[in-house]
Amino acid sequence: MQFNPFVIPFNIGLYFIIIYCVAICIIWFMDLSRADKLRLQRGFFGKPFTRSIKEIFTESLIHRKIFRLNPVLGYMHMSLAFGWFLLILLGTIEADIFGEKHLNPPYKAIFFRFFNPDHGAEGFARVYSFIMDFILAFILSGLMIAIIKRFWSRIVGMKKTTNLKTLDRIALLSLWLIFPSRLLAESFTCGAAGSGSFLTGSLGSFFAGFLPAEAMAYPFWWLYSLSLGLFFILLPRTRYMHIPSELFLIFLRNSGVRTGDQYGSYAEAQVYSCSSCGICLDKCQLSRSAGINDIQSAYFVKGLKRNDDVYDISLNCLMCGRCETSCPVGIELGALRMIQRRAGETPEDMKSIWTGYMRERNQDRNIDKEANKKVFNYLQPEPVVSETEVLYFAGCMTHLSPGISTSMIKIFEAAGVNYHFMDQNGSVCCGRPLMLAGKDREARELIQHNSMAIWSSGAKKLVTSCPICLKVFTESYHLDVEVLHHTEFICRLIEEGRLTLKFLNRTVVYHDPCELGRGLGIYYDPRMVLYHVARFNDTEFERDNAPCCGGSLGNIRLDSRKKTAVASDALNDLARSNPDFLITSCPLCKKTFRKVAQNGSPEIIDIAEIVVKAMPPSQKEEFRHNKNCQRGVKYTVVK
Amino acid sequence: MKGFGFSSIKPRVIDYDRNNRTVSEYILEREPSFSLCIACGACAATCSAANFTEMSLRKLNIFLKRGENDEVRRIMNRCMLCGKCTLVCPRGVNTRNVIFITQQAFKKLDNYAV
Repeated sequence: MQFNPFVIPFNIGLYFIIIYCVAICIIWFMDLSRADKLRLQRGFFGKPFTRSIKEIFTESLIHRKIFRLNPVLGYMHMSLAFGWFLLILLGTIEADIFGEKHLNPPYKAIFFRFFNPDHGAEGFARVYSFIMDFILAFILSGLMIAIIKRFWSRIVGMKKTTNLKTLDRIALLSLWLIFPSRLLAESFTCGAAGSGSFLTGSLGSFFAGFLPAEAMAYPFWWLYSLSLGLFFILLPRTRYMHIPSELFLIFLRNSGVRTGDQYGSYAEAQVYSCSSCGICLDKCQLSRSAGINDIQSAYFVKGLKRNDDVYDISLNCLMCGRCETSCPVGIELGALRMIQRRAGETPEDMKSIWTGYMRERNQDRNIDKEANKKVFNYLQPEPVVSETEVLYFAGCMTHLSPGISTSMIKIFEAAGVNYHFMDQNGSVCCGRPLMLAGKDREARELIQHNSMAIWSSGAKKLVTSCPICLKVFTESYHLDVEVLHHTEFICRLIEEGRLTLKFLNRTVVYHDPCELGRGLGIYYDPRMVLYHVARFNDTEFERDNAPCCGGSLGNIRLDSRKKTAVASDALNDLARSNPDFLITSCPLCKKTFRKVAQNGSPEIIDIAEIVVKAMPPSQKEEFRHNKNCQRGVKYTVVK
Repeated sequence: MKGFGFSSIKPRVIDYDRNNRTVSEYILEREPSFSLCIACGACAATCSAANFTEMSLRKLNIFLKRGENDEVRRIMNRCMLCGKCTLVCPRGVNTRNVIFITQQAFKKLDNYAV
């Protein structure tokens, strides 16, 4: 039996972390709802299993998504994750083949060189130790980038890197110490024995020239074991918990489990899977334009993990979803924020440091005394309308920008659509703003009210001009009508040939509203419409990378000056190519951009308005004629 | 016959010493832009809820600052938080947050106070 006292710290750490991970996985599994348990079981013994394994390989080890975003960062994460994995895997095989017996305890593979200093002199063993040296060099190169990133993040292409707490710093230091101490320990041992390959061998013989290599080696083996042990013990309390929990998360996600609207196992697995890599920091417009640097998703999730009161952080967010689309782990950050908004403030008694290893959940704490009381009891049922094909719901924000609703009416008239303007005389809110404020119960009342009106109308389609309304109509209402945004509806009219448009010889740039683009994935239809009416300029700030206008209802806390800062930066980005028009399809975005527009800025209009501009005069005349006839105005043509 | 057919009118004196203005201070502390309000009434004019009921942020502001909390309680929950008032405010007051914090403040008052 080969044994040395220095392996004890490593063993303690390793067995602790294995037991902890198994325990937490069992707790998470037990806390899943019954349906989710079944999903996971089916996923584990079915097709999603291979998908999960593939994802673990491509994302947890190779880090493909980060590679796409930034190759240097990708290399850094890959060398540490994939390199370490290979080192453990090949080390175990090495210990099994070349060790004194098979099936060794784990520490044999990690400290193989200490127990077999002469190994790797000739033949296959020599090739093998070359491979092991190569992997170590691979990891060390990544570590070098990591150290550079921590102090000078701009060199690796990140404007900011995450700020760390004391415990994170200790864990980081122990992680940084692991591989250099292994290098030195192996080098000294090899130098004393005259073995080793290109890295440890040459470094060892160099040191052996002027240092007592054998005596030097032993403290470094201790350091190696201690740093590993410390790293494992601190793992559950730090961001490095993402290493084990991401595996669990990938299995859950591929089995079809989603966050839902309450804090549960899946949400907790997501919280632990955040590696605080800081990719979301650069994406956040609040940090870039408004100088707010403590509310980004990495800090929000870290606060959740530490049981801090993150209620204010959760409210101070545009909910634009830019961080979510760029998150390499695929955490549903928007959903997590919404859960926190519903949960309210974290009570004082939960903020103990000892709960760091086992979290308490902030649920069922805020029992509302007035839960059954109706808030919007002043709302009267809407009058029943006669049979229509299309219901048009303009939305609150459209009423503040009436150009959009009048344009839509012109389009309906020109295309001969049988429509009913549902909220012509001022609307009841759709409920989304209340939901964004975490007031789901109140929102339900409004949803109920609007649903009754929509059901009773018997319409086939519901068209809305506001992406905020569209989002809640599609996700939280139970309607038997087809819900369309007006861009989709206009696109259909054009494709069906019901709307003839002339081509305007103007250049346009399109701004994807957050709720419509990232929120609902409607990218095709607005572009189709714009291709028909004007010269479309592509920008780099499109689709998933579209900026938020800053006026978002998602942020309750942001003051007007900072909103303006976000809006003017976004407008400058979008108007870089100097187009004639900046087109958007959200009344709120239009209003916000118009507030910050200056003399040189393009004209900011809604997609419906440019379609009306592109309607041939005959159709416009027809509309005016119809309107005047309705009003009883006598129509005379002036020659 | 109660009061012999006479009724006494509730005194309309606003007693700043007796009224509880802690809520107003709580809100001002958390949303400083509220002090910019000039009570122009643009918010009340555009309000979605005001179409259906008596809801006015201008009134709410005045009641709050006077410390007439019962009046505030009566109207604050009628807001749908749609955010139109924030867009039209000429002084850049984050009106949506004002109402949000007001509701929170009264909830706290109910839950934690004696």
